[in-house]
Amino acid sequence: MLEDYLTIFVTRVLILALLALSFDLIWGYSGIMSFGQALFFGAAGYGVALVARDLGVASIFVVLPAALAMGLVLSLALGAFLLLGRHPPTTIFIALGTLTGSYVADRLARSWYYLGGQNGIPSLPPMTAGGYEFAEGRLYYYLAFSVLAIVYLVCRFVVRSQFGLALAGARDRETRILFFGYQAQKLKLTVFSLSGAIAGLAGGLYAFHDGFVGPNMVGVVLSTQIVLYALLGGVGTLIGPVIGVVVTESAGFWLADSFPKIWPIILGLLLLVVTLFWPTGLIGLVVSEQERIGSFGRSSLPPRHADTGVSNGTA
Amino acid sequence: MALLEVRGLTKVFGRLVALGGVDLTVGENEFHGLIGPNGSGKSTLMKCVAGAELPTQGTIRFAGCDITAATPVGRARAGLSLKFQITSVLPALTVYDNVLLALQAQSSIASLIFSRTRGSLHEHVMHLLAQFHLAQRCWEPAAALSHGHQQWLEIAMTLACKPHLLLLDEPTAGMSLEERRITGELLMPIKRHCSLVIVEHDLDFIRNICDVLTVLDQGKVIDSGTVGHIQSSRKVQEVYLIRV
Repeated sequence: MLEDYLTIFVTRVLILALLALSFDLIWGYSGIMSFGQALFFGAAGYGVALVARDLGVASIFVVLPAALAMGLVLSLALGAFLLLGRHPPTTIFIALGTLTGSYVADRLARSWYYLGGQNGIPSLPPMTAGGYEFAEGRLYYYLAFSVLAIVYLVCRFVVRSQFGLALAGARDRETRILFFGYQAQKLKLTVFSLSGAIAGLAGGLYAFHDGFVGPNMVGVVLSTQIVLYALLGGVGTLIGPVIGVVVTESAGFWLADSFPKIWPIILGLLLLVVTLFWPTGLIGLVVSEQERIGSFGRSSLPPRHADTGVSNGTA
Repeated sequence: MALLEVRGLTKVFGRLVALGGVDLTVGENEFHGLIGPNGSGKSTLMKCVAGAELPTQGTIRFAGCDITAATPVGRARAGLSLKFQITSVLPALTVYDNVLLALQAQSSIASLIFSRTRGSLHEHVMHLLAQFHLAQRCWEPAAALSHGHQQWLEIAMTLACKPHLLLLDEPTAGMSLEERRITGELLMPIKRHCSLVIVEHDLDFIRNICDVLTVLDQGKVIDSGTVGHIQSSRKVQEVYLIRV
């Protein structure tokens, strides 16, 4: 029984890690502050829940691609509105824009009868793949783990590519790179949509794991929570946000047990201290700045000292 | 036909007239120096040409096209490149990555994601770094370079996209005498394929490398011509109490 509970808890952590990764991709690597990750997460969750409720389709081969596509389309639309324009938008503008989006979605979900109002959409059927059913438990854990591993590798490929280098330029010196001829806003829209797609995928997984979607899935609280998780773990690294989610959720799990009355306060203080005094997050304790930034698109070239040797000859 | 033709350029900030009808003509493969006292409008003129500021009035033509209202991206893609007065290399990235960042600017997003150009650009990056005496330090973060070397790195970056016209705003500020001399040597070879507009306070430096000088004062052109002409110009001597 306890083992089951633990499996469910860990699966939930893995899915939230996916969401934190989606946030880190745009803030840590591209300098876009989004308080709207739960919007894409929750909207995709509601989307696949409706497909299951109204069309009776719960096949994994429909649910996961549909969740991904919904996150992608929604973030592309919101991103085009927020990011494109003659002048690069400020961080505050994007933060407020995404925050508003998340808030509006929350209100809409709470008040729209079709979406189940405050109660959300309960008792979703389990996700299926041929003859298998993905109910809560070990099988779903493997599924969530595989999705997280694949997304992690895709993100790694992207941030270590030449595109990742361009994003670093857009993050650190956006106006400067315009004068090199970069269409910085299109770069940002591309990564914003990728992030939205990942958040959507996470939302689809979350909905069928809980067998339930509710207004809390799209709201400002979850959006903010994800930002804090990522900051705690360390943005600008891919493992950081995963660590952040694991640490916070586990701390909550343990504190709730030991200090049932005051645990939210302890957790809050912990988050406050780390985000204020460790800007590089927990990962900053083990990984240096240089390693964090890493290199871009050079995996196939000769090792560093060999490279420098050649250049010595030509200099 | 001239490469850059600025006509009647006016820029007003509130009540301040930063530029009051400036004309500037830069030919192909010409090194053109902009000099004048502080606040004479040199930097504003550079910003208007580069697209960082939009002029209040007047036109800017580059290689036959009107670019007065073009975006910075459009101007960069037309072959215009600049270095701001403030050094703006990316301090956290390696010297190598800084140059690669500038070189790959016009690749498509898809080719960037799949790192398709990294192999073909490698030689080019190393060549530029060697040219600017930075090859041995290519794996260090740009922040570790001295101020002078950061300026060289940024000049290398501005040359990466093979511009037809390069705008340099005070490239030798904060450099030692030796570094200034080397900077001059580094700039001379680019005359074969590129024109240069340079703002500089070091008059010896600018006299050595420029073909043509334009003198600005209070947002207006005082005189323009060859170095010899400017040195003997009475109008210039009236503005500039020091000898040009």
